[in-house]
Amino acid sequence: MIAELGHFALILALLTALVQGSLPMIGAARGDAAWMALARPAAVLQLVLVALAFAALTYLYVVSDFTVINVAENSHSAKPMLYKVTGVWGNHEGSMLLWILILALFGSMVALFGANLPPSLRARVLGVQAWIGIGFLLFTLLTSNPFLRVFPAPADGRDLNPLLQDPGLAFHPPMLYAGYVGFSMAFSFAIAALIEGKLDAAWARWVRPWTLLAWVFLTGGIALGSWWAYYELGWGGWWFWDPVENVSFMPWLLGTALLHSAIVVEKRDALKVWTVLLAILTFSLSLIGTFIVRSGLLTSVHAFATDPERGLFILILLLITIGGSLLLFALRAPVLKPGGLFAPISREGGMVINNLFLAAACATVLLGTLYPLFLEAVDGSKVSVGPPFFNATFVPLMVPLIFFMALGPLMPWKRADLAGVFARLKLAALGALAAAGLTLYLREGWPVLPAAAMGLAAWLFVASLVEWGGRIKLFRAPLSDSWRRARSLPRAAHGMTLAHAGMAIAVAGMIGASVWNLEEVRNLRPGESMQVAGYDYRFDGVEQIEGPNYLADRARFTVTREGRPVAVLTPEKRLYPVQNMPTTEAAIHTTGVSDLYAVIGDSDGRGGWTVRIFHEPLVPWIWLGCLVMVLGGLVSLSDRRLRIGAPKRAKARPDAAQEPIPA
Amino acid sequence: MSLTRKRRRLYIVLAALLVFGGATALVLTALDENLDHFRSPKDLIAEPPAPERGIRLGGLVEEGSVERSADGLTVNFRVTDLTESVSVTYVGILPDLFREGQGVITLGNMRADGTFAAREVLAKHDENYMPREVVDALKASGNWRHGEELSQ
Amino acid sequence: MTQRLFFLLPLLIFAVLAGYFLWGLSPDRDPQALPSAMIDRPTPEFDLPPVPGLPQPGLASADLAQGEVVMVNFFASWCVPCRAEHPYLTELAERSGVPLYGINHRDKPEAAVAWLEELGNPYRRIGADSGRGAVEWGVSGVPETFILDGEGRIRYHHRGPLVGDLIEKEVEPMLRALRP
Repeated sequence: MIAELGHFALILALLTALVQGSLPMIGAARGDAAWMALARPAAVLQLVLVALAFAALTYLYVVSDFTVINVAENSHSAKPMLYKVTGVWGNHEGSMLLWILILALFGSMVALFGANLPPSLRARVLGVQAWIGIGFLLFTLLTSNPFLRVFPAPADGRDLNPLLQDPGLAFHPPMLYAGYVGFSMAFSFAIAALIEGKLDAAWARWVRPWTLLAWVFLTGGIALGSWWAYYELGWGGWWFWDPVENVSFMPWLLGTALLHSAIVVEKRDALKVWTVLLAILTFSLSLIGTFIVRSGLLTSVHAFATDPERGLFILILLLITIGGSLLLFALRAPVLKPGGLFAPISREGGMVINNLFLAAACATVLLGTLYPLFLEAVDGSKVSVGPPFFNATFVPLMVPLIFFMALGPLMPWKRADLAGVFARLKLAALGALAAAGLTLYLREGWPVLPAAAMGLAAWLFVASLVEWGGRIKLFRAPLSDSWRRARSLPRAAHGMTLAHAGMAIAVAGMIGASVWNLEEVRNLRPGESMQVAGYDYRFDGVEQIEGPNYLADRARFTVTREGRPVAVLTPEKRLYPVQNMPTTEAAIHTTGVSDLYAVIGDSDGRGGWTVRIFHEPLVPWIWLGCLVMVLGGLVSLSDRRLRIGAPKRAKARPDAAQEPIPA
Repeated sequence: MSLTRKRRRLYIVLAALLVFGGATALVLTALDENLDHFRSPKDLIAEPPAPERGIRLGGLVEEGSVERSADGLTVNFRVTDLTESVSVTYVGILPDLFREGQGVITLGNMRADGTFAAREVLAKHDENYMPREVVDALKASGNWRHGEELSQ
Repeated sequence: MTQRLFFLLPLLIFAVLAGYFLWGLSPDRDPQALPSAMIDRPTPEFDLPPVPGLPQPGLASADLAQGEVVMVNFFASWCVPCRAEHPYLTELAERSGVPLYGINHRDKPEAAVAWLEELGNPYRRIGADSGRGAVEWGVSGVPETFILDGEGRIRYHHRGPLVGDLIEKEVEPMLRALRP
């Protein structure tokens, strides 16, 4: 009954979306206010219906209703409640439903908080949103219905893939989807602007918070996924340039570019055509990501079960959505009036540089990800593009980007004085030298490149703080004065400082993790020890334990440094009997500047066990940096000038961020 | 006015050419050197690749060929496509799903002595793999019932 | 005019990309697939004992090259996809009259007997294989199915369950071609 209710709600949601996608659009074209006004209640109704369907599926999982095929395939009565709930989106059908739910959520947020949008723009934005929804609702109902019944019902379920039974991964997909789907807002606004033939500062002010929100989610989602891979796969790595990772990273790169170019549109009325294109491409890459993960187009460690028929359906959706919007772009973009002028060396110029590097980096990732497909199509040879390719292409593009990232915020709009900017960066240069020198001092063997890289990270970090300090006249005015200035500084300014500084921290972490990580594999008997990076790991032995739905060999290591106890690590090797699937659970102890990471392998049958110990310097900083970036995004979102529904009021306020900073 | 607009566009186009040109150059050099080519044991025997060439060797783990050395770390096994087989040496922990008789993919290089040095071993799929069409077939045949092994 | 072309550029790039995607989706392309090395080769030499508790005799290579087209199917009671293909195989064997031989892969005899009792037993011969046979046949998982011509050469090899229109589109044409 509940399953049928969910199915029915989904069908009603499709009908609602059809209304929402057609009548308001016609109304907007004709100037009919009543028809345009239909969009808002329709969007809210659509959310209610989709939420009902989602709640129905969640209920079926919670009560373990194995007459529903989706539940039987992906759940098990012995599974902990948390994973029963997260199992809802741990499979293809359920994750599509989540996708649609988030889309409806964003749509209804425009409907509810978009009171001061021009009615025709609002009607068109919601109309475009509805069309995306129609596509995915059709896809779900026709090819991936999660509510199908099975008769006779199995006695118990097949269980969720044990690798996915993990808190990190449980919340990774919702965040990632919120990011992907969030970019649909920028997309809908771009399409609406192309239809209207009008794009102004108000448009950008509307698009920015949505983009920022999506960016925050995507940043968090990617970081969470990377963290999961780091501790769950037991390979000690945090980023593998796997196709599934790449497809989430590409929208992030373009979304970051969009975030910056939209500022230029808002403040300076320039780069409009480019911003519209970015908005379309960012969402397109999100869609392509969904497509690649679910179509079996590329091989990956963690793709969903695939099906060519489904792939074809999504491909047709892609052709309509992306092809249609790019066609619209080709036809309508020339109509958009070119905007304000700026000198090459200016804040705007800095944003152009930022956009160019991010777009180029995104292009290399796209090429590397799809190259095996291209080559196989051309001459049938099968290749894989691994991390060396991305290290050789992506990293060199990031170096100048990070260098310029320090300069950008210090440059005033329209025209900047480069000498003045560099004069303010003396402290950053000093910080860079200090970081490089410290690296050379601490590490043996004169590591010039890593030292330079650490210097670059410090350069960005200090420069971000210098810019912030300059704004509040830190140490130049009495502290109380600085405090007052800091409080009246727009939140967006604090947010930017945090985001840039977070980036610097993450970059430092990535450098440390790639250059100085150590890996030692040994065969140890209980009582024996091994030394890695100055830490002693004593292997105390292995005991058998029983979890709620698994059996495990749990090893115990006592870690000491110069005789002082540091940590006890208990890595496990688990077996999930329902799926007959073994998994590896790494044990990690973090000291703040490095991670001690232990993995237990197989027994050699003679009392010895294969033991793998990683020493991962600075790895925690990667996620710390991401966290700070997310925080920066959130702080910026709380800026009342960006707050949803407040742009009109904010417009009247003097715009502090717009003042050129005296060089 | 129009001159400055043109000039601005020129600057942007120049910068774009520079960045994308640089990226293209990077990609072209990197593609040449950093690809892993998929090969079967037969291909490797017929046409031994240069030692520096990254290879993905795919096939089955030959039954009875897995040997662990005395240190318990180095593993030797043979990967076969049933026509030819290649000796593989790997140091480290094998993936959870590595089994004799099962499909495997190893990443590494061919050594001069004709053996394959693997730096990574990936097991292909688990025994209980469940393709999509099976689910549909189960639905169609009304035969969705679990065997003993599933409900235990 | 050149400006117009400039605006069309993203669409053109996407069109090329979409072409590759379309190609990549073609059903006979499986990026994970290992090419089957077995086609047109004789089967390996083998002699598998019967499964204890089953009336069917075991299976050996001598049973194959008898001038008749046969099908050989690898299955196991623990394998869920096998369960899915079972009714299709049974029906195919009955309808076509082609002898169906089974190789029971890494299974407990009692589990296999129970499984066949529950689902029906369409096999004329069943060999019990501890795993060695699968390697010789190039089998990387269960189920997998082979069609052999009268001289015992492998003419068709399918990895995964034989379900849906696979039988109509691949197996039956192959059987028709081999049995004029």
